[in-house]
Amino acid sequence: MFGRSLLKRIDWLSILFYLFLVAIGWLNIYSSTFSESHPLIFDFSQLYGKQLFFIAVSFASILLIAALEANFYERFSGLLYIVSMVLLLGLFVFGKTIAGATSWYNLGFFNLQPSEIAKVATALALAKYLSDIQTDIKRRKDQLYAILIIVLPAVLIIPQPDPGSALVFFALVFVLFREGLPLFYLGIAFMAILIFVTTLMYGTIWVAIGLALLIVLIFLLKRSRTRIPLLPLIAIYIASIVFSLSVNLVFYKVFEQRHRDRFSLWLRLEKDPNKLEEIRKTIGYNTYQSEKAIESGGFFGKGFLEGTRTKGDFVPEQHTDYIFSTVGEEWGFLGTTTVVILFTLLLLRLVYLAERQKHAFSRMYGYGVISILFIHYFINIGMVIGILPTIGIPLPFFSYGGSGLLGFTALLFIFLRLDANRLNEW
Amino acid sequence: MKKFLLSSIIVIIGITFVGRLSYLQIFRFSPDQVLEDPAIKAIYDYPERGYIYDRNGELLVANQPAYDVMVIPREVQPLDTLEFCGLLGIDKATFKEKLSKARVYSPRLPSVLIHQLSKEDYARLQEKMRKYEGFYIQKRSLRYYNTQSGANVLGYISEVNEHDLSRNPYYVQGELTGRTGIEKEYEELLRGRKGVKYIQKDRFNRDIGPYKEGSLDTLPQAGKEIHVTLHKELQEYGEKLMNGKRGGIVAIEPASGEILALISGPTYDPALLVGRERSENYSKLHYDTISKPTWDRAILAEPSPGSPFKTLNALVALQEGVIQPETTFRCFNGFYVGRTLRGCHCGGGIRDLNSGIYKSCNAYFAGTFRKIYEKYRTTDEAMDVWEKHMKSFGLGDYLGYDLPTGRKGRIPSKEYYDKVYGDNRWSSSYIISNSIGQGEVAATPIQLANMTAAIANRGFYYTPHVLKKVAGEDIDLPRFTTPKYTTIDRQHFEPVVQGMAEVYKKGTARWLQIPGIEVAGKTGTVENYTRIDGVRTQLTDHSIFVAFAPVDKPQIALAVYIEHGYYGARYAGHIASLLIEKYLKGEISRKDLEKRMLEKTLEHEYAKPYSGEEFKINEYVW
Repeated sequence: MFGRSLLKRIDWLSILFYLFLVAIGWLNIYSSTFSESHPLIFDFSQLYGKQLFFIAVSFASILLIAALEANFYERFSGLLYIVSMVLLLGLFVFGKTIAGATSWYNLGFFNLQPSEIAKVATALALAKYLSDIQTDIKRRKDQLYAILIIVLPAVLIIPQPDPGSALVFFALVFVLFREGLPLFYLGIAFMAILIFVTTLMYGTIWVAIGLALLIVLIFLLKRSRTRIPLLPLIAIYIASIVFSLSVNLVFYKVFEQRHRDRFSLWLRLEKDPNKLEEIRKTIGYNTYQSEKAIESGGFFGKGFLEGTRTKGDFVPEQHTDYIFSTVGEEWGFLGTTTVVILFTLLLLRLVYLAERQKHAFSRMYGYGVISILFIHYFINIGMVIGILPTIGIPLPFFSYGGSGLLGFTALLFIFLRLDANRLNEW
Repeated sequence: MKKFLLSSIIVIIGITFVGRLSYLQIFRFSPDQVLEDPAIKAIYDYPERGYIYDRNGELLVANQPAYDVMVIPREVQPLDTLEFCGLLGIDKATFKEKLSKARVYSPRLPSVLIHQLSKEDYARLQEKMRKYEGFYIQKRSLRYYNTQSGANVLGYISEVNEHDLSRNPYYVQGELTGRTGIEKEYEELLRGRKGVKYIQKDRFNRDIGPYKEGSLDTLPQAGKEIHVTLHKELQEYGEKLMNGKRGGIVAIEPASGEILALISGPTYDPALLVGRERSENYSKLHYDTISKPTWDRAILAEPSPGSPFKTLNALVALQEGVIQPETTFRCFNGFYVGRTLRGCHCGGGIRDLNSGIYKSCNAYFAGTFRKIYEKYRTTDEAMDVWEKHMKSFGLGDYLGYDLPTGRKGRIPSKEYYDKVYGDNRWSSSYIISNSIGQGEVAATPIQLANMTAAIANRGFYYTPHVLKKVAGEDIDLPRFTTPKYTTIDRQHFEPVVQGMAEVYKKGTARWLQIPGIEVAGKTGTVENYTRIDGVRTQLTDHSIFVAFAPVDKPQIALAVYIEHGYYGARYAGHIASLLIEKYLKGEISRKDLEKRMLEKTLEHEYAKPYSGEEFKINEYVW
């Protein structure tokens, strides 16, 4: 069913990176869920045994994905999108609740998480819509539709509640930027985040002073002939300050205490050592423990199966969202940088692949894949090493979980299938 | 631009991550010390502390089990409080308070509910303990004393404090360590080494198995039993004689430097510092600032040595060749310093070395002392020579014995007097008091005993020590087994020893002869002063006595110092005489003498300065 040509054309480098990540991921799951009483690696009563099964299923799914015609995905992307939205809606009625989130269907032997399917479907649907000959990303109406395709699954996922997974969909805006959405929007978003953070850390007055200094700097450095439109600059300045003031208002009036706690933890707003100690034991427990575990690994790590904090289960959710802290404790700086480099290389390789596509759909889908993988990798590791607030999303190919692994594998291999087919397209 | 946007972000984030990771894992890296890692618990296995025996193998210190009632608050089930309190012997309020204290400390970890049950309480409780969930009995090991003597020299053990913890990483909170005396000095021998097992814990503090399969675990090494040089019977007898008296006694075997007895009065039963009453007893002893029972006078008191010091001045003068045994001085019931007459109790007349010693003539030794100084061109030179000779007897500096505390005593140097009087503004007449052991010289009882041992050996001594055997093997420490020679030639000792023997025959201690044993000794009566309401007031003299016996083949040399015991032959002389007889003969032939010493106390004398009334000193009543 797949000719020699497919084996020749598929991008083996990406597959190599993928296999490395899956293998390293499983080793760390093994370490963090290992118990002396179950030494067999094929013990399916144990989490690492189950994960091994999921890996096998994922490999099987790769065969299935490769077996289908490349244009199948483009043709059925709309349908897949609709089906996945229905599945998300169905959760409100038939969903199974695990750890407070109604995000699963109970299929007996397996819990299916439809949001994983939705990621693939949305990336496909977005690519399909944007690559349509009639769509022009410069047009407001088309921008709006594109955004709607992204926002719809997020809106359905938020009330589960699973804000982390919902957040992932917004990464798909990178596809829009690649296809010509003005970068101006990105600039505004970046500016808004910057003002939000600096307001919380230093207060509105310093934000105002800082911005004023920035403007003065611009005037000092500009070439004498360049003219800067003064009025819009003032408008932006005032808007920024109004935004900064509203940040305070929202933060203290609209946010609930637990949200505030997460931000104050992230931005290290609390300075009182007693309260810090308190935070470490309550809301900051996970972050504190995972940072400690990573720190204690040092340069070389404590060695495979030798992580005392891992063995003692000091980091909660260590086999899922906090799997990276096991890498840090047992494999040290060498291990963590290896993982970071592997992810970076895989993502850059995918960018390269996407850019070489002649067919717009393939390129856009490729960007969708990169965006989704990147946002997971960025938020997850950022959270585990303590530079981002706690947002519970898994590390692709690493974290324990069947739906996740299957979803990421499908996401990646559909793109590799498209890429392998690029010479057949006209 | 748009083509590179995502790639640049990916690279920037990658660099940020590596930066943060190098900060965490390289810059902030602090390896989990096995003991600080919250995931590892060390469980210790304590070996039994070594026993202490006396020189003849008599048991002095052993161990006894004690039982603590422990509680793990979380596991406590509703119980019949009334019955349980009855068994424990406490009331309900105390029980509740202790339980809530334990809960505050930790609901999951064990706390001590009742310290050190008696054996009887333990026996009653043991079988009923099963009924009370969350409570259990933990065995601990405490010291057991097979004697009521030697509290200060044996020392005691107590829980380590912050200081110990910071100084010695071996210890962890709650462990015991030797605090004073032999227990402190030989802590490492006695305690052995604890064994340790590392246990991997999870975040609920539950055991989940050995850490690294036990590869770091160690087995305990038993503490070693030691034999000390003390003579149990002599020590006990000496302390009995010290009844109601303050002072110190040190007895040494001259041929080896072994300390036979190290007695300080008043003392206390070492068992007081063991068990449930320990802290209460400790406070009582520690805060008794008048009689100071925990202050070991045998090694810490520094009185002027008084007349026994005359023997050393005689030896120095003989060595320097400024007198011969036949050299005489006239005593005018005293001697003149300039125009003032300093008194003497010898009766006056012509004195040679022999009678100078046995009659303890002040004039004779003042003359001798002057002659030493006349030999040299300057007093500075003479002072250096004198100081060198004196220090060769182990005076004026730490002796180097194996107990954790000590004092230097004082042999004044020329620098000392330069400081007091000014450079070149003093002469031998300023320091003449040193000739008779008054004035600036000072010595601890153990230094006096050591000096006596050096005379008994005719010119050398072994550093006094208390350790005899470790785990049954005789010690072989060069610091205790090489003789230290004084700067006095052997032949000069004979006339002085003769004089000291005459002390018993016809001198100041002729009433204290021991039938059948020839003893050499020297009395000392030391004037002393205190301040009462800021007024320098003279108190009753200290009674001092040094002696060794038998004269020809000395087996014991001792120094007895009794605070405010009046003249040397009175308390100190009596006690010295009894101790020598006890040690050499095993029993006392002079029962009346013994009875007198056992019964007589000096409490009335010690009360005088605190009475707030005028009082007489040196009363002859006896």
